[in-house]
Amino acid sequence: MNSIVVIGAHEMRRMFKSPLAWIMLAVVEFLLAIFFLILLNQFMNPSPWFAGRGLTEIVVAGLLQVSGIVILLVTPFVTMRLFSEERRTGTIKLLFSSPVTLTELVLGKYLGTVSFLVIMLALIALMPLSLLLGSDLDLGQLGAGLLGLLLLMASFAAIGLFISTLTSHTAVAAVLTFGVLFMLWILDLAGGTGSEMFRAILAYLSLLNHYNNLIEGMFNSMDVIFYIIISATFIVLSIWRLDAERLHQ
Amino acid sequence: MSVINQNNSFAMTRETLISVEQISRDYGDYRAVDNVSFTVERGDVLGFLGPNGAGKTTTMQIISGVLTATAGTVSIAGFDILDFPRQAKAHLGFLPEVPPLYTDLSVDEYLAFAARLRGITRSRVAAAVEHSKQRCGLNGTGRRLIGNLSRGFQQRVSIAQAIIHTPAVIILDEPTGGLDPIQIHEIRQLIRQLGEEHAILLSTHILPEVQTVCNRVIIIHEGRLVLDKHLDRLHEDSGKNTVRAAFRRPPLPETLQAIAGVNTVDRIGEQTFLIDLDPESDALDVILQRTVNSCWGLYELIPHTDSLEETFLRLTLGEEDRVNAPGDVA
Repeated sequence: MNSIVVIGAHEMRRMFKSPLAWIMLAVVEFLLAIFFLILLNQFMNPSPWFAGRGLTEIVVAGLLQVSGIVILLVTPFVTMRLFSEERRTGTIKLLFSSPVTLTELVLGKYLGTVSFLVIMLALIALMPLSLLLGSDLDLGQLGAGLLGLLLLMASFAAIGLFISTLTSHTAVAAVLTFGVLFMLWILDLAGGTGSEMFRAILAYLSLLNHYNNLIEGMFNSMDVIFYIIISATFIVLSIWRLDAERLHQ
Repeated sequence: MSVINQNNSFAMTRETLISVEQISRDYGDYRAVDNVSFTVERGDVLGFLGPNGAGKTTTMQIISGVLTATAGTVSIAGFDILDFPRQAKAHLGFLPEVPPLYTDLSVDEYLAFAARLRGITRSRVAAAVEHSKQRCGLNGTGRRLIGNLSRGFQQRVSIAQAIIHTPAVIILDEPTGGLDPIQIHEIRQLIRQLGEEHAILLSTHILPEVQTVCNRVIIIHEGRLVLDKHLDRLHEDSGKNTVRAAFRRPPLPETLQAIAGVNTVDRIGEQTFLIDLDPESDALDVILQRTVNSCWGLYELIPHTDSLEETFLRLTLGEEDRVNAPGDVA
């Protein structure tokens, strides 16, 4: 447990040592602030299309919807260096020869990544929370939406973590992670031509559908479990992959 | 070594700290390490030699747990590296061939991380970092970024990383690579110092380095162990007693050859001879007497010490390759 925290803290420290983390936080916040402004403007000047919808539904759900896409775009840049860079620079040998298990190593890296993404989440959450100064929000829906975003981040991070164990090139890891995340995101669109069963399976596997439920304020434990299973699966795959690498490199 | 005697293993002075038993390692169809066994005891500084691609780095990575052996077992301080990785690796410091440095951290941050990773408690980290820096001559560099340090200082930082938790076993893969002669000298001194209380396994291409810092040598060739010997017993192998002598006014080789007890005379330079003597005879006394009497101007007389190099070449090269080889290896 101790080693997990040490590795996680180390990962965080290194992220903030590079300009990448700061720039990512700034760019994400800036882009989402623009969307926030647009959504707020739409709420202030309602069109018939928004009839019957409240502040939380228009601004908060809208913002979180866009946040999901932005997170999908930036997560590959957070996870790309996790193991790829360690392997390229040889620092992975320091970790492998230290008295920590592979499980601790992978969980530590995962903890560090998710902690960084939580900081990003907190910065995003500040925008809808600022609305509390002058209005009432549906805190239940906001809470469900933020939980959804957190789960989305956690599953993206696990997928990115696994892909970074596959290659020693950070750029390859980033592109591959982006491809996989995007594919999982749009999976349900592909089901349009198949049978009903096929469509249902693809729709269920799509990361997007479960997220949409949560930001609309529908808290279904199945959606939560879905993301936890995705995260756990890719963490276990990462551990297996590293173990196999020591034997078959 | 079994797990049962872990408890008293530190009380003994000559206990086995690294035990390698019949390890093999395959990369696909290629067998990089083939059935290698040896042990290293406390107080040993073991030089690990072999041509490029002989399997040195693979063996060292298996011992340090970076790679897993295809067959065979490794134990560190009595703990099997696969069955008890945490305990085994707590006794292990490893310097890989490429320094495992995070160039975006400062020296202090990096060493503190290494210390925490090796299980040093938070309250003792600062002292461990300080001590390790001192031993490796890193005082005053604590706040500098590793990426901005020279190659030599980076190498010191990676050695500091390997000894920060005062492990029983230190594995160094080419520790003096890329250093200037002064730094090499300092690092060798450090290794000798460390060797008094630890077991050190050290790989290198530089044969004189082995002669200056190691007390034992193993040579690996094409994945197989071909020599495991204490350095002071190395010459017993050849059974020779050779001196190198240089004269300002050299005599004819035949003159030297005629002295009783001189087996062979090899003229290796204008003024320099390699003289192989019968260990039982007084030939050396006679040579000294003659140089005084005949004014040969003897200015150099040293025991011929490159037997390690000869042994190395004999074991790792075919006879026909030997003519051109020495320059490539030394």
